[in-house]
Amino acid sequence: MPTVAPIDLDDHCLCVAFVGDAPVFALASGLVVRLDHGTHRHELHDGLLAAVTTLDGSSLVTGGEDGKVMRLDADGTETVLRPAARKWVGAVAAGPQGAIAFAEGRTATVLMADGKQRAFEEARTIEGLAFAPKGLRIAMARYNGVSLAFVNGAAPAVDLEWKGAHTQVTFSPDGRFLVTAMQENALHGWKLDGKPGDQRHMRMTGYPAKIKSLSWSAKGKWLASSGAPSAIVWPFASKDGPMGKPPLELGQRADTMVTAVACHPVEDLVAIGFGDGMVLAVRIADSKEALLRRPGKGPVTALAWNKPGRLLAFGTQAGDCGVVDIAG
Amino acid sequence: MGTNPSLKSESPMSEASVTTPVAPIPVTVLTGYLGAGKTTLLNRILSEPHGKRYAVIVNEFGEIGIDNDLIVESDEEIYEMNNGCVCCTVRGDLIRVVEGLMRRPGRFDAIIVETTGLADPVPVAQTFFMDEDVRAKTRLDAVVALVDARHLPARLKDSREAEDQIAFADVVLLNKTDLVSPEELEAVERTVRAINPSARIHRTERAAVALDAVLDRGAFDLERALDNDPHFLDHDHPDHVCGPDCDHDHDHDHHHHHDHDHDHGHHHHDHEHAAPSSIHDLTVQSVSLRAGPLNPKRFFPWIEKITQLEGPNILRLKGIIAFEGDDDRYVIQGVHMIVEGDHQRPWKEGEKRESRLVFIGRELDREKLERTFLACQA
Repeated sequence: MPTVAPIDLDDHCLCVAFVGDAPVFALASGLVVRLDHGTHRHELHDGLLAAVTTLDGSSLVTGGEDGKVMRLDADGTETVLRPAARKWVGAVAAGPQGAIAFAEGRTATVLMADGKQRAFEEARTIEGLAFAPKGLRIAMARYNGVSLAFVNGAAPAVDLEWKGAHTQVTFSPDGRFLVTAMQENALHGWKLDGKPGDQRHMRMTGYPAKIKSLSWSAKGKWLASSGAPSAIVWPFASKDGPMGKPPLELGQRADTMVTAVACHPVEDLVAIGFGDGMVLAVRIADSKEALLRRPGKGPVTALAWNKPGRLLAFGTQAGDCGVVDIAG
Repeated sequence: MGTNPSLKSESPMSEASVTTPVAPIPVTVLTGYLGAGKTTLLNRILSEPHGKRYAVIVNEFGEIGIDNDLIVESDEEIYEMNNGCVCCTVRGDLIRVVEGLMRRPGRFDAIIVETTGLADPVPVAQTFFMDEDVRAKTRLDAVVALVDARHLPARLKDSREAEDQIAFADVVLLNKTDLVSPEELEAVERTVRAINPSARIHRTERAAVALDAVLDRGAFDLERALDNDPHFLDHDHPDHVCGPDCDHDHDHDHHHHHDHDHDHGHHHHDHEHAAPSSIHDLTVQSVSLRAGPLNPKRFFPWIEKITQLEGPNILRLKGIIAFEGDDDRYVIQGVHMIVEGDHQRPWKEGEKRESRLVFIGRELDREKLERTFLACQA
């Protein structure tokens, strides 16, 4: 039986992650709580807006209302990557070779591990950022599409155009697909490896609510999403992705919505968080469900597995967070 | 509920969407041309000892007293909703900022949005109806337009925005009254009234106004909107200067052709009426309708069709509807294609049960609206 170790943080939890082996909870106030042989409190921002773990899992990178970009390492070291500034830092991303990126207004900045920087200007506010899994390319989601740019070199950014506001962006783990969440209740995808003239667009619509949470399954065969009474899981295994195929609907509830999803790092299994605080684990192959956490005080806002996939950290809007051990 | 469904169109709210139990935070929108006095009013709001804390969303940090208040800079950014409706626009930056602010709700009691001089007020207002997250956590309280009494005539000649801001407002501060003569002030007020017959007008110097005249108005609150405004559409209201129903003749069809296309063949100087010349520059008109008790089975399809077809031309609509056999007043309001309505309160003893509806917009077909509205009568 799964067991839950609760922690009440009394604040909107924006992001949960495992840094090193320690669960961390990033709160809207700017406080980041790290559970590592005791509770460590890190006041990283006056207002935290975005957080992401580095690819090696050794640090958390955060951006805030104070314009700062911070890094918190597994041993508790806090580093100012960019000091306070006027604009909100609304998106952060971590990429290969230790690169990180942050966006403020219409500017995105990439910081390379060797200290080099590169800024990208867009005509519209950059709402989402993601690095491609290989090759140091960065995707910047904004109104009417995504700009896809090489971090090095002088080649101009590729404009992936699709009408509407794109608020989040993610690459499939194999880099063949790029998917955005939109201001309207839809996902949009681009097939990046198609030949010229191929149909590259993928529209994924029909959601009753905005999609706040996206997660790729271990080998990138599936993309799980929130925004409906069940987790909507699109098949991406074939070369055309989900085109012409219906998604799976996992963990359907009658009276609430899925608000967060996180695919298991090894198995084809999705952790699903709901508007009432409940967390389920559902196996993709046979839709078998297991209850991980009973409803709580508020909607689940964040979910993250540790590397082996035994522990699941969850955060909620009301701050009643915790860690589930699925093996008990 | 009664027989009349609450109307909601083009607003994809999900019943199951996640809401917070906290009371929605009121939002006041300040519009007005550069130099009309927005910053002066804002500083007044922030400095008076009312004990309230405000979060202020501005386009640029200006000369705002920042002490104790939360000021957020935000680039005005219009998003068209991808639903095929040209007038469904929202402010993307407001969605982001409000979402961020509302994650830490303990910091302020209300939000004030200051727009740039050239801002279109419609996307600002629609953000609070169309975005499900914003809608769940905030409520639009009122749109307040500051008007520079001296420069309004010139503004109306060179910009559509100045007119839109007045047309869209719930409260108009006719500011800098000390810089014009009483006659000029009368003329400017008549112009404002001609654009928007249902707004509350306050004459001010240096934006000095009792704060309860601009804050916590509940202008978009169906329960309160019309109670705040007991003289809604009444001609005997002391504030009332003249509306389109008056006999001033300034509701010629030619109106909305003026100003914006200069190649039109006829000129407005050949009209014979006494209204001040500035009124000729108006492209916005209002159509006020009155009828007896209506048949809901005719009225609801009618208003839905009108707002679908004419939505792009309708800036605001407001009304009180009497339905046959229904003892409650039904209040309705809209912005472009978004329409909301609900039962408000019982008709009072002796209160005349009539239906009143005002449209403020451009290129409205008065004759058709009148005829089709009257056809909804029971």
